[in-house]
Amino acid sequence: MSPARRLRRLGALLRKETLQIVRDPSTLLIAMVFPMILLFIFGAGINLDSSVVPLGVVAQDGSPEARRFVDTLAGSPSFRVVTSSSVDAASDRLRAGEVRGFVVIRDGFGQQIIDGHATTPGVLVVTDGAEPNTASFVDAYVRGTYAVWLREEGASRGAAPLEALSIESRAWFNPSTTSRNFLLPGSVTIIMTVVGALLTALVVAREWERGTMEALLAAGISRFELVCSKLVPYFVLGMIAFGICTGLTVWVFDVPFRGSLGALLLVAGTFLGSALGTGLLLSTALRSQYNAAQAALNAAFLPAMMLSGFVFETSSMPAVLRHVTRIVPARYFVTAMQTLFQAGDVWPVLRSALLGLSLAAFAFLGATFLLTKRRLQ
Amino acid sequence: MTATLIRLFGLVKKELEAILGDKQSLRLLIMPVLLQTLLFPFAATLEVKNNTIAILDEDGGALSAEVVQRLTHTPAFTRVVRVGSEAEARDWLDTQRALIILRFGPEFSRSAARGEPEPIQAILDGRRSNSAQIGMAYVQAVLRDVPLAAGEPAAVPGLVTRHWYNENLEYYRFIVPSLVAIITTLSALVVTAMSVAREREQGTLDQLLVSPLTPGLIFLGKAAPALVVAVLQSTLILLAGIYGYGIEFRGSIPLLYACMVAYVGALVGVGLLISSVCSTQQQAFLGVFFFVMPAILLSGYVTPVDNMPAWLERATWANPIRHFLAITKSVYLKGSTFADILPSVLGLVGIGVVTSGGALVIFHRRLS
Repeated sequence: MSPARRLRRLGALLRKETLQIVRDPSTLLIAMVFPMILLFIFGAGINLDSSVVPLGVVAQDGSPEARRFVDTLAGSPSFRVVTSSSVDAASDRLRAGEVRGFVVIRDGFGQQIIDGHATTPGVLVVTDGAEPNTASFVDAYVRGTYAVWLREEGASRGAAPLEALSIESRAWFNPSTTSRNFLLPGSVTIIMTVVGALLTALVVAREWERGTMEALLAAGISRFELVCSKLVPYFVLGMIAFGICTGLTVWVFDVPFRGSLGALLLVAGTFLGSALGTGLLLSTALRSQYNAAQAALNAAFLPAMMLSGFVFETSSMPAVLRHVTRIVPARYFVTAMQTLFQAGDVWPVLRSALLGLSLAAFAFLGATFLLTKRRLQ
Repeated sequence: MTATLIRLFGLVKKELEAILGDKQSLRLLIMPVLLQTLLFPFAATLEVKNNTIAILDEDGGALSAEVVQRLTHTPAFTRVVRVGSEAEARDWLDTQRALIILRFGPEFSRSAARGEPEPIQAILDGRRSNSAQIGMAYVQAVLRDVPLAAGEPAAVPGLVTRHWYNENLEYYRFIVPSLVAIITTLSALVVTAMSVAREREQGTLDQLLVSPLTPGLIFLGKAAPALVVAVLQSTLILLAGIYGYGIEFRGSIPLLYACMVAYVGALVGVGLLISSVCSTQQQAFLGVFFFVMPAILLSGYVTPVDNMPAWLERATWANPIRHFLAITKSVYLKGSTFADILPSVLGLVGIGVVTSGGALVIFHRRLS
């Protein structure tokens, strides 16, 4: 068959796929509306910075010092203090989730402050370990409040202030350390994985289930044409979704972008290729929409959520798992996106990311190509 | 009565065969659960480990050496690197080889000896700001114990912290119970929604609707596979949690399973509602995902519900995952009683009634 006819045939296939996409509202919904919803959730709902925490207080000591400390805690903008009459009552509240921690000011606290030393701790802080993030926060803030209060108490008493080593910190690349600034670029990764892998996961399987694959094969289409016709329209769709996400991130959420557009598109395109490859591979291998759907969720989406470094640091994972994350394409994309947004074109980082992404794309698309059957059986 | 039961039994049997009879399908139900339960508790950690901290020591005195020495022994920073200049430090941070830079000024040790220690300068990688801030907390914990002059006791005594239910704040203890909620949600919803959609595509849904089965029975029939899948997967995860990870189950197992039934009821309602407005399997799958993603994000799994703005927190009352996640964590880790989790249970029942009712109405309408 002459190249011109092949090209025309490819064009016809592309047109068919595009029409199928455009006529199915669910595809467009996922590619365009869904990213916007997710971004708004990430922008408004996901907040790793704690706001006001309900904190229980049990004052077993009635001294004026204890009362002053309780007042200081109550005055803190980070806590909403709930007093309990006993440790048991506070424990019940903790178990029911009404408070996320409680402070016990033990009998003898006031005397300790006056004397200036303690043999047993006068303050016990109990946190809800079932919410580790909040527990750390409660621990750190109560400690900090106590330290400041001690210093003021000592100062008002005329005693020499207890000096300790202090630290002043500032952050590069995200000076306000707004969690949004690093969450949103990362969340674009999740959205792209969904659009790339989930949409394509059903595409080939659907043709098998409906019997239209037989018609395509009977027309004598080459493997290249088949894979290409599935790939290209969804690539375009994916890049549109990417454009929407990035545009919203930069212009609506005011997340700074310090890299170059070229690098951004290059990275996004390569990642999309690997995501589409994952979906197509699953669809081709499994042939059942239902199974392909389950597999896509587990093989594409969940790893992107958990192992990409988006929320959970890859460096904190055990060595075995760190190696596993190397085969998760989303991991490279998250790194590249964070760098491009917050730092700019840091080429050593981008180069290794691009290498990982290209390898993944080639591997998945190559496997899809090899697995595509040209015959019925 | 017996006729109804026989019909129900036959329907449930058919549904279960569809889900469990196919080898590929069965493997996809079990394998991923095992993998995830194995991997994710190790992955989902907000602890900071295995990082590099770069030290720019312009002081060279005894105190800065003492601080660096103590930092070398923390698990958070496996590598402590000394850099010679600010430019070198910048480079380490830019390329993300170091998470934090600590800089000791030239007067550091001398100022501390005077009793007015100058602050140490720290620079964090804001791209990984969550980890960097946790790392800083570790650094500050180390600093707290450093005496200003040799032989003096450390500052700020008198306060001790206990983390209940999870003494060392190990994140995997928080993740495994959460996985019970998250993994079963995805599967139960996909199973329900796609089974209806598949029947519609294959034409068997109409056959079902003209059979003597009432919509109520059909609902129960559709709920069966979801319930079986949920119970199967959550049991696997629970076993892994209790015997594999050694996370003690402090509550009542029957209570947890009873809540699971309520939860599956709510999910089936949602799944049926979604599939009632979809005409193909793809739409059903994407529709489920459209619901599940935001629902998981806003359930308290990724970020505590307490951290959300007030209006959003109120909106999550309509999210069944939020309630079941709270129930699972409370019952598993804290040993909560029914009274403790009552608000969440009521939330689940409310959602179940509303969504199932809505789905039943829509299906009823299709019949007439």
